[in-house]
Amino acid sequence: MALMLVKFDLKKRVKLAQSVWFMYWFAVLAGVLVFSMGLFFKIELRKRSELMDNNESHFLPNLLIFMGLIACGINTFGGKVCYDSLDPTKFAKWKPMLKSFLVFCVVFNALLFVTALLCFLMRIPLQFTLAEGLRNGMKYYKDTDTPGRCYMKRTLDLMQMEFRCCGNDNYRDWFEIQWVSNRYLDFSAKEVKDRIGSNVDGQYLMDGVPFSCCNPSSPRPCIQLQMTNNSAHYSYDHYTEELNVWKRGCRYALLSYYGGMMNTIGALVILVIMLEIAVTVGMQYVNSSLSTLANPEDPESESEGWILEKTVKETFTDIMDKMKAMGKGGKVEEGGEAAVATVS
Amino acid sequence: MAVGRVTFSKAEREKLAEVLWLLNWISVVTGVILFSLGLFLKVEIQKWAEVMSEYGTFYVPHMLITTGLAACCINYLGGQICLDCADTNKFLRWKLVMMPYIICTFFFTSCVLAGALMCYSIRSQLEESLFLGLRNAMRYYKDTDTPGRCYLKRTVDMLQIQFQCCGNTGYRDWFQIQWISSRYLDMTNSAVVDRLRSNVEGKYLMDGVPFSCCSTFSPRPCIQQHLNNRTARLHYDQESQQQNLWRRGCRQALLDHYTGIMESIGLTVLLIWLFELLVLTGVRYLQTAMENVLLLGDPDLESYGWILENSLAEMARSNFNIIKNLGKCYQVDDDPNINVPTAAAEHEVPSQATRIQCSS
Repeated sequence: MALMLVKFDLKKRVKLAQSVWFMYWFAVLAGVLVFSMGLFFKIELRKRSELMDNNESHFLPNLLIFMGLIACGINTFGGKVCYDSLDPTKFAKWKPMLKSFLVFCVVFNALLFVTALLCFLMRIPLQFTLAEGLRNGMKYYKDTDTPGRCYMKRTLDLMQMEFRCCGNDNYRDWFEIQWVSNRYLDFSAKEVKDRIGSNVDGQYLMDGVPFSCCNPSSPRPCIQLQMTNNSAHYSYDHYTEELNVWKRGCRYALLSYYGGMMNTIGALVILVIMLEIAVTVGMQYVNSSLSTLANPEDPESESEGWILEKTVKETFTDIMDKMKAMGKGGKVEEGGEAAVATVS
Repeated sequence: MAVGRVTFSKAEREKLAEVLWLLNWISVVTGVILFSLGLFLKVEIQKWAEVMSEYGTFYVPHMLITTGLAACCINYLGGQICLDCADTNKFLRWKLVMMPYIICTFFFTSCVLAGALMCYSIRSQLEESLFLGLRNAMRYYKDTDTPGRCYLKRTVDMLQIQFQCCGNTGYRDWFQIQWISSRYLDMTNSAVVDRLRSNVEGKYLMDGVPFSCCSTFSPRPCIQQHLNNRTARLHYDQESQQQNLWRRGCRQALLDHYTGIMESIGLTVLLIWLFELLVLTGVRYLQTAMENVLLLGDPDLESYGWILENSLAEMARSNFNIIKNLGKCYQVDDDPNINVPTAAAEHEVPSQATRIQCSS
């Protein structure tokens, strides 16, 4: 008993072939979409690779690009086959390849599903990469004279302004590192010497943040230095001051940005999977309906179409038997030859 | 002697009608482009409208929007007309509308040209508006508690960050206004009171700038306060000063930004104008060719098409004569009811022969 049997006459077959051809063109566009999403994601990761310590994994965007290209390829091929299926002579040359093509399509759909799953799961390693990268970035903020790190200050400043964030978890991260270079510190001043002496590593730590942490929505001019000293500024209480600097940490800001991007890409890939399943099912119907013509010479005869020739269980056992037979096939050959040798 | 006279065979007329139909549809698309350019310009101006004074006088975006909509309507109608013009029978339907349509399109095309030229000429008006607007915005920077001005601080900060500029002409403009609100000044502090007393208007002026003037290219942490005091910091040399803050004034930055946009829009509108002129010429040729064919009687004959029936000078002269004689038409010279003097009664000459032609 075939799975989802449908009877076809000529008109129905033509209509099926035309609609599946049409859907294949949408599937080609979907393949282009997946490719471009992968490219876009790769570029976005590249743009901020400095903040991730140049350590970020490009596996997911590369996979998306690869899948997009393959999707374009097989969907173009499928469209061509569908177009030719209306003409029996042209279809005859594609017929032998169709079964393996359909199996390949099923495998490809499974891989697409894995890709979609990865899109939702890649958030976790990204979180660790970002935490590490930002911590190092902040450490090198002051090294504007070291080759290879001289743009870190600018990158961090631009990022804090663009993403409206400050520090790794929050603005207090800036209190724990020295972000003013020694070149601009007056070592003859007592205040500087005291500060450097006051901690183990000899770093110039202060309760201040760079200007890029300032929030333009604040009603008062930005207070960047001596932030925890309430008496240094008139009418200022650093516990209740909400709008002075950005409250959000940059790790959280970047994570939500990339996370949102990956969620959108994952959702779109799932829609592409559904489209691919539909075209695969349609192609299977086209294939089966054209191979079961009641009268092979007469193109107008009736035929049947199905998804699977037998039920799911029977198909599964068939596949298992075939695989066992392939394994045994070699052994049976040897046994036969040995018997012949002994007889003669 | 007709201006630009061309002979058209029947096949050529039909081809011309088809081509013009297609061109009219392309013109509808360019009309949509014109409309969206106007909309884009309006949105761009609206974004920074707070730092422009009298921004309502910028009529360029409104002109582009109305011209774009008019282009769509006129060219859609033109497409319908050209489609019917291939056939002489259908042309009769449009015969009376054609001339007014062409005149209307001619005026509309000159509006498009005016729009394009306006885009290029707006620079001086924009500069004046920006100068006044930025000056006021900086003056009200500190008024974050005054309704209607509370977002001006944010706008100016975002402007300086985004356009990488500081102040009106330069960063020194901030030294001349009080940009720290009195709410955050400790009036009991003698230093503050001294500063307030040191100038006539009692303003708290200082040689410092807001944080948004800080340049991201500077290798050292931003120096915002005591900018005139060289010795306040270590190694505050000429180079440090150059890279510390944004050097450009915001007026110049915004002017460059908007001039760039206007120039590109102006160029596009000029190209659209040339295209519309081409379509108008084609429609004029089609109209004259079809009318001449109708005069000849046989739709299969060749006919002439032209832009103007006579040369420009002759046309001007004939129009002038029409206007002159419009006045003469109403002069009553030979009304038989008027009493003619008796001396000339026996020499009465029938006056019908000397009736003046009212129409020429």
